[in-house]
Amino acid sequence: MQIEQAKVKSHTLVGGDYRELVLSAPHTAGAARPGQFVHLRVPRLDGSVLRRPFSIYRARDGQLSILYKTVGRGTEAMEAMAVGDRVDLIGPLGNGFPVEAAGNSPLLVAGGYGVAPLSFLAEELAPTRGTVFIGGGAARDILCVGDFESMGWEVRITTEDGSLGEQGLVTAAVDGWLAAHPDATPVLYACGPEGLLRAVGERGVAASHTAWLSLDKHMGCGIGACLACVQKIRGEDGSVAWKRVCCDGPVFEAAEVEWDG
Amino acid sequence: MADTVETAPDMRTEIAGIRMKNPVMVASGTFGYGPEYADLVDLNRLGAIVVKGICAEPWGGNDVPRMVEVRGGLLNAIGLQGPGVDGFVKTYMPFLRQFDTPVLVNIWGRDEAEYEEVAARFDDVPGIAGLELNISCPNIKEGGIAFGTDLTMASDLIRRVRKRTRLPLIPKLAPNVPHVGRFAKAAQEAGADAISLINTLPAMVIDIETRRPVLANKVGGLSGPAVHPVAVKQVWEAAQAVSIPIIGMGGIETAEDALEFVIAGATAVAVGTANFTDPTTVTRVIDGMVTYLKRHGLSSITELVGSIRD
Ligand SMILES: Cc1cc2nc3c(=O)[nH]c(=O)nc-3n(C[C@H](O)[C@H](O)[C@H](O)COP(=O)(O)OP(=O)(O)OC[C@H]3O[C@@H](n4cnc5c(N)ncnc54)[C@H](O)[C@@H]3O)c2cc1C
Ligand SMILES: Cc1cc2nc3c(=O)[nH]c(=O)nc-3n(C[C@H](O)[C@H](O)[C@H](O)COP(=O)(O)O)c2cc1C
Ligand code: FES
Repeated sequence: MQIEQAKVKSHTLVGGDYRELVLSAPHTAGAARPGQFVHLRVPRLDGSVLRRPFSIYRARDGQLSILYKTVGRGTEAMEAMAVGDRVDLIGPLGNGFPVEAAGNSPLLVAGGYGVAPLSFLAEELAPTRGTVFIGGGAARDILCVGDFESMGWEVRITTEDGSLGEQGLVTAAVDGWLAAHPDATPVLYACGPEGLLRAVGERGVAASHTAWLSLDKHMGCGIGACLACVQKIRGEDGSVAWKRVCCDGPVFEAAEVEWDG
Repeated sequence: MADTVETAPDMRTEIAGIRMKNPVMVASGTFGYGPEYADLVDLNRLGAIVVKGICAEPWGGNDVPRMVEVRGGLLNAIGLQGPGVDGFVKTYMPFLRQFDTPVLVNIWGRDEAEYEEVAARFDDVPGIAGLELNISCPNIKEGGIAFGTDLTMASDLIRRVRKRTRLPLIPKLAPNVPHVGRFAKAAQEAGADAISLINTLPAMVIDIETRRPVLANKVGGLSGPAVHPVAVKQVWEAAQAVSIPIIGMGGIETAEDALEFVIAGATAVAVGTANFTDPTTVTRVIDGMVTYLKRHGLSSITELVGSIRD
């Protein structure tokens, strides 16, 4: 983990409200693993005291990129970032996905921008391939399909309005896959909204499949000092305690996550 | 030339016998217990480290969301989650003792007896330079701000804890009282060695779409640049009421922000929320204060303390 003054190399609209920001950040890019994130200080965001966390989407050759959706004041201000701008970031942060335990046919489940760290994960898993489920509200929320196809993954798309792929929730597609492969013992990896994570986690636990979930919590420091980002996690001895999503996570095994309370 | 000082100004200062290499500390709750920021900040450069609030036994704190940003600051309602006295001493003191930086422990209790117990249990722990007594946390029902906003309760509590510890005792006062000078004076009379202020200001944010408070605790404490002028005023008022040293904090982001506290009467200052914004804040503030002293031909930071003019 370190503070790095990164430089914007490119900034492009990739569809809908999503943009890819490519930064020159050799230290962070060199150390980054899938599922880790960077804590960005948004330039020219007056009166802001908090950084914004974003998953690392790509990291190679001294550059890293993030894929972000404009949802509020900070991400709106990020849209104005131009090639050559300096960006203060802290990274890489968090534990990341365990890649060693992926088995030979992993299932990835992505909602919205949650696809970004899963694309990075697929890259690290090569030559292992599996099936990726990408879900979103509409066609414009479906990203990174080409990334997975070029790596030889089976891509299953679902949209709630049916404008692309199957209509419905991504978890219905996962259910379909699990029912059709009763003997499979896939390892699941998921990143997306909390509803998706809970649903994937429940399926993993019910079927005794390991499911790694990347949690999304509002953060302060991003490095473990403020205790803002906590999630209840069940320890091996059965006791439940708050863990910090920023540094004990963001990735937790579904069976240890206590959703209620 | 005659008016400028060529040698580096002396940044050393002292609070209640605690010697510090410079007057810039980190504020409780914004710097964890020390190790969290160690990759990003040289802990040996800090004037002192104040750790997150500790009560007797492990404490879970509030539900999430616990933090929300507002213009010019943030609200937090962490609810004083912490490892308890033994958990803290075992997990963090071996680490903290490696540095040439005084460690202050911020303590709290759910009632007077717990405050006394916590103070007593820290009394013979090696490596602890002093106790900051949190009587002003807005985020817990039990204790905290109830003590800090009632003059009699505050002074009784300080008196009781005073009897249980030999360590320097530094009550942290609430900003949301009409006459902070009276609280400062009461603290001094009850045996306090110094005073910290300000803690966060009770505040609230509502989501107008759901019509629900954003924080799980409904209300939280406001910190950051928005509170800075409030804090400067409270430090200035307290400084006129007491002779013991004051640690000023609230919204420090720059050396200029810190210098206002010193001129108002603070012997030391603490950086809180700005650690999240930029972990290099403390070192930037120290460097900026040195530059200021040079520019004004001052040979020591102590010359500036309480130097406010009419
Ligand atoms: C580990 C992690 C990885 C993330 N990865 C990505 C990513 O790859 N792409 C992407 O588009 N977004 C990602 N997010 C969410 C992203 O951080 C928020 O969308 C962003 O902070 C919103 O900022 P804002 O100022 O535009 O929104 P506002 O709603 O105006 O923000 C107000 C405050 O709430 C916080 N906040 C709002 N929404 C979220 C959220 N969903 N998660 C955490 N904090 C939030 C902000 O950081 C800010 O402090 C990630 C979040 C986490 C915790
Ligand atoms: C996330 C957070 C946690 C805090 N926790 C504590 C605490 O445990 N004990 C305490 O006395 N003050 C606590 N404070 C208050 C700070 O120490 C400080 O008094 C206040 O934030 C004002 O300074 P600032 O504006 O520089 O942050 C906390 C503040 C924040 C933002
Ligand atoms: S964001 Fe501060 S502890 Fe996780």
